Amino acid sequence: MPRDLDLLVQQIKYQNKIFWRSPVSAFFTIVFPLMFLVLFTALFGNDEIAALGVTTAQFYAPALAVFGVASATYTNLSITTAISRDQGILKKVRGTPLPPWLYIAGRVGSAVWIALIAVVIMMTVGSVVYGVEIRGSTLAAAALTFLVGAATFAAVGLMVAALVPNGDSAPAVAQATLLPIAFVSDVFIATDDTPTWMEALGNIFPLKHFVAAFGDAFNPSLSGSGFAWSGSDSEYAIGLHLAVMLAWGVGGAIIAVRYFKWEPQGHRRSTRRARRGRVSAEAQK
Amino acid sequence: MDAIRVRGLSKHYGDLRAVDGIDLTVEEGEVFALLGPNGAGKSTSVEILEGHRIRTGGEVDVLGFDPATGGRAFRERIGIVLQQTALERELEVAEVIATYAGLYPRRRDVDEVIHIVGLEEKRAARIKTLSGGQQRRLELALGIIGDPDLIFLDEPTTGFDPSARRQAWELIDNLRALGKTILLTTHYMDEAQNLADRVAVIASGQIVAEGTPESIGGRADHETTISFLVDGESRDRLPAEARPGLDQATGIVTVRTQNPTAVLNRLTGWAVEQGIELEALSVERPSLEDIYLQLTGEGG
Repeated sequence: MPRDLDLLVQQIKYQNKIFWRSPVSAFFTIVFPLMFLVLFTALFGNDEIAALGVTTAQFYAPALAVFGVASATYTNLSITTAISRDQGILKKVRGTPLPPWLYIAGRVGSAVWIALIAVVIMMTVGSVVYGVEIRGSTLAAAALTFLVGAATFAAVGLMVAALVPNGDSAPAVAQATLLPIAFVSDVFIATDDTPTWMEALGNIFPLKHFVAAFGDAFNPSLSGSGFAWSGSDSEYAIGLHLAVMLAWGVGGAIIAVRYFKWEPQGHRRSTRRARRGRVSAEAQK
Repeated sequence: MDAIRVRGLSKHYGDLRAVDGIDLTVEEGEVFALLGPNGAGKSTSVEILEGHRIRTGGEVDVLGFDPATGGRAFRERIGIVLQQTALERELEVAEVIATYAGLYPRRRDVDEVIHIVGLEEKRAARIKTLSGGQQRRLELALGIIGDPDLIFLDEPTTGFDPSARRQAWELIDNLRALGKTILLTTHYMDEAQNLADRVAVIASGQIVAEGTPESIGGRADHETTISFLVDGESRDRLPAEARPGLDQATGIVTVRTQNPTAVLNRLTGWAVEQGIELEALSVERPSLEDIYLQLTGEGG
């Protein structure tokens, strides 16, 4: 077991290296959300948003931090895992003594680590530059929310990787799901009067619950540590939100395990088709 | 002890019998080549031996393990070099080798392996800057870093230019010198001939011939073809055994024989006696390629 722990740490470091050397993914995960924070506070000013009772930065910094987490886990994991499968890297790993679960754990661990960095950078900028208050009383609940959320989005990302046919379609699927859902999940639009259907739609997906459970930790008008099932309008509570996230996470993990493939897909199918073609051609002779 | 022992191996995909009853034995320290056209079942067979694929039937013993259930302990003792280059482009050569080394309890020294595959100068280079041949050598390095007892090489030189192939062959020869058992698949005859101690030819999911490259397919028993050119005057004085092989139009004489030494001795003796030269003299045994085409039915 200590050996497996060493291997896990080694795998996380390995995946981290790959991430930091790919400027594009680092940009979208770390810099992109920060740009939005700067942009939104510049556009709207950093006064209190009357309908929500928080300042622009108090609203956006945690919401965009969560968006960064989703990008680091859901988007990156689904895309890079599908591409690695296309490249034959997953198949090669399968031929080594590294247990498959350890390889996947390495990828997930790396994604969560990067997500943590994205959150810390965002909240530090939010706090230092825009006066977002980081409160000791809610920090534990915020940290737990982060862990559950990151794990959930990693699991759903692996589910997407398991279901997409190849690495070319993974980015399209990841973006076409995350962006629209972000718009109904209080990430980009700070308003209190969303249409009911949009409200209901957002409630189905885990992102809105992640944003709410994490963001409320930085709302100074709420009381409580957050460790409650569901709060009133003036109380911070993460229980129900975490439950929805966990449901998605567990469901995603089950589907990912069930349908995960280690071999390049297009290639395998085409050789099989070629073989069938050969057989039927011979039969016709 | 045998490194690989296979009896009655089969793999079916629906109605398709990709592998249809294969028997195979590879001894320890042997370089064994599995030869066959694309789609003949050689990759499927090897992937079953590697543990990548589950067989439909038959017995398989690789290093004392059933590859289907051998798991980690089994994979610690084998090295697989796949045909497809599968590398993380942004990482450096030594970084990747060191990480793979960490996966094996018994492992070779990273620098030693870099030296074996001749990548010393590329030690700190990003993989994306390597040439195709260098990337293949890195793959080979990853295949041997765990000091495996058995190495699988899947079409190790497909797509190589001639000089890169020669280099790869030297490398594989070096592995042989380390006493490793090697199972390689290829569809190049000369590759099998140069590298393998023994060869099996696979076609339509079955092994159609097995033996040393020199003897396979009854190659040693096949007739040798002797041919030469004679001018008009000497034609009439040809020895009796050469006369039926004369083509009057071209003057080419072709003699097929099981005893090339004796026949050649008589023919050259006759030519010296006559004071003539046997123009365009050639002595040919069927090449491994001829045998292969004949065996796999690809000769038309």
